[in-house]
Amino acid sequence: MNTIKTQPLAKNKPQEWLQKNLFSTWYNSLITVILLAIIFWGFYGFFGWATTVAEWEVIKVNLPLFMVGRYPKDQYWRIWLIFGIINSLAGFSWGIIGRTAAKLFTRPVLVCLGVISVIVLLIPVAIPDKLLLVLMVGLVAGNAWVGKQLGNKISTLGRWLSLAWFMAFLVILWLMLGGLGIKSVSTNDWGGLMLTILMAVVSIFLSFPLGLLLALGRQSTLPVIKLFSIGYIEIIRGLPLISILFMGQIMIPLFLPEGMRPDRVLRAILGLTLFSSAYLAENVRGGLQSVPRGQIEAAKALGLNTPLVLTLIVLPQALKVAIPSIVGQFISLFQDTTLLAIVGLVELLGISRSILAQPQFLGDYAEVYLFNGILFWLICYSMSMGSRQLEKKLNTSHK
Amino acid sequence: MVERKKQTIPIWRDERFWRIALQILAVLIFVGIVALLMGNLNRNLAQQGNNFGFGFLKNEAGFSISETLIPYKPKDPYSQVLLAGLANSLRVMILGMILTTIVGVLAGIASFSENWLLRQLNRVYVEVVRNTPLLLQLFFWYFAVFFSLPKPQDMIKLPGPIFMSKRGIAIPWPANTLNVWIGLLVLGIGIIVAIFIWRSRIQLMTEKAESGQPQLIALIIIAIISILIIIFGLGWQAPKIIATGGTEGGLNLTLELSALLTGLVFYTGAFIAEIVRAGIQSVPKGQWEAAKSLGLKSGLVMRLVIFPQALRVMIPSLNSQYMNLAKNSSLAIAIGYPDLYAVANTTYNQTGRPIEVFLLIMAAYLSINLIISLSMNLLNKTVQIKER
Repeated sequence: MNTIKTQPLAKNKPQEWLQKNLFSTWYNSLITVILLAIIFWGFYGFFGWATTVAEWEVIKVNLPLFMVGRYPKDQYWRIWLIFGIINSLAGFSWGIIGRTAAKLFTRPVLVCLGVISVIVLLIPVAIPDKLLLVLMVGLVAGNAWVGKQLGNKISTLGRWLSLAWFMAFLVILWLMLGGLGIKSVSTNDWGGLMLTILMAVVSIFLSFPLGLLLALGRQSTLPVIKLFSIGYIEIIRGLPLISILFMGQIMIPLFLPEGMRPDRVLRAILGLTLFSSAYLAENVRGGLQSVPRGQIEAAKALGLNTPLVLTLIVLPQALKVAIPSIVGQFISLFQDTTLLAIVGLVELLGISRSILAQPQFLGDYAEVYLFNGILFWLICYSMSMGSRQLEKKLNTSHK
Repeated sequence: MVERKKQTIPIWRDERFWRIALQILAVLIFVGIVALLMGNLNRNLAQQGNNFGFGFLKNEAGFSISETLIPYKPKDPYSQVLLAGLANSLRVMILGMILTTIVGVLAGIASFSENWLLRQLNRVYVEVVRNTPLLLQLFFWYFAVFFSLPKPQDMIKLPGPIFMSKRGIAIPWPANTLNVWIGLLVLGIGIIVAIFIWRSRIQLMTEKAESGQPQLIALIIIAIISILIIIFGLGWQAPKIIATGGTEGGLNLTLELSALLTGLVFYTGAFIAEIVRAGIQSVPKGQWEAAKSLGLKSGLVMRLVIFPQALRVMIPSLNSQYMNLAKNSSLAIAIGYPDLYAVANTTYNQTGRPIEVFLLIMAAYLSINLIISLSMNLLNKTVQIKER
């Protein structure tokens, strides 16, 4: 819509643009004036509040709590190391994937990196931490460059990326949990944004194979398997997430043999996985339905058996179509992890509530929740932007 | 000629065999898992001394809830408190669905506005709401907005009169008398009659090319009478400030209900706005042009040509949004509104019967979602293209 309305002619003359977009008729002018008044009043009120009334001390003092919860302070180096690994690998993957591009650091990318560095420098933490944060940005950029160079030399490197991420995940898990030579940290001390991200990532990856099987089951011609899949998907989708998490926390121990009582974080992940696999199954089904029947028939005519038809012909096409909605599911799962605050886990929202319960921060609701909101917004918005880019890149249809 | 032996396919290469074997295997695995879990469950429950059964529903609940639509006292049994919770849930769901439809459709239409500022504000609303968690928004509305309302002594007074304070939001509300119910009945009949007249008017205008004037006059008369009934016939009771510092009369919405409703309505509204936008965009441009070239004004184009077609695309997604709203209303527990889930949770804490309570929750939410789904499917049938 927007692109149609801002014509190049109007660009040159701001007056015409104003006339066309804000004051075309009397009621448009009225709407503009009213909206301007509301926006002005809102900004005025907000800045007045933010500069005089608001106590931003609560964010500044508790920044480590928000990020990693009650993780022991002398073990923070492990978190930095994890962050470094993730950033390096992310940069490396970016370099390898973008190895065919003429230039990796185009102007918008450079501007983006610059802005991030400035924001990082503005975060109110001690000087060494600031330097570490800038180092992280450097790691991304540096590894991207290395990745591009190496990717161009060894063309098969791209295939090893997923394996590298998986190995990195195991190393990260080891670093977080400890043991095997380093001090072990109980999962009860995990918290903050770190726990939120961990839960979302682990749950989506665990729910992926389950969701895939359920989607295939629902499309299957075998009536019993179809029935089971539909039953599971529809029951889970009809229930509120909070009730499933409740079941995860309270009922799972009841269904397990005596003495087997999984860790609280593990139970939460189990609940999230059971929940999101049903939704993921529906997303994948959308992809499966988009594969034309002729593809399956052609594959069968070539003599492939059912498992081969699925893995070689159907799934690659179906998953490509389903990727945007899977990313969407991940974003909503990421947001849904906040519900764990209700069942007593200290992820970002949970730790915020316990900070707000401290006497010296009583009543700073607006500040803390605003901070939470900005964090969630930044992460979710950048993910949905990324998914839109991915969608464009994957769109190979010849229209 | 070579003698051809009758070839039999080995059994492991026969698809028919595998189809049956796989299904039997699936059933066996399923039964096995269920048996294992149930065995564990039975032993665990026996250890706790809790035998499965819904007998506890007759026991005295013994806890009070902050607001209820149906009569309930702490002495009543658990079944009554669960019903009260269900009524509270249904109140939030129904009010929420009505309000969120209004907000969503308005926001969706605003994204087509000629006004640049309105379009941008609408985008900011949608992007902010969709990219932050609902629970966080509920906390924000409850703690940062509604909870920071002034004390009852210096409440905010809005014309209406509406009074807002920490005790809740008092709005005018019809009194509960026989006259009011008669008035509502008359209004209901009026609406049904008006719909019939409206339909026959469109039929007369399109099929017999009549002017439709008499029907229009009838509609206007019905509208005037309805407005008069609404203003004077319902016996509106305005809330009054009483000496002790609170309000009396009218309807007092608690902070919990207000925050929950506001949060749910704005959250779901953003999703509905996107659905409405996509639905309207899905109507081909030629339809606009054709309708305009027939001489219809842009309001009429929207109402008669575009919206009915967009509705077909919108209804399935609207269905899932309404179901989401119904499910999300269970987040009431986080801000202390006694809905079904919150009450069930207290019931579990007091009785220690997770299985029974969970089965009740499951039955309630599944049937609510089924009802929503069925009614939306019914609506879907009425708007689908009727092919001859």
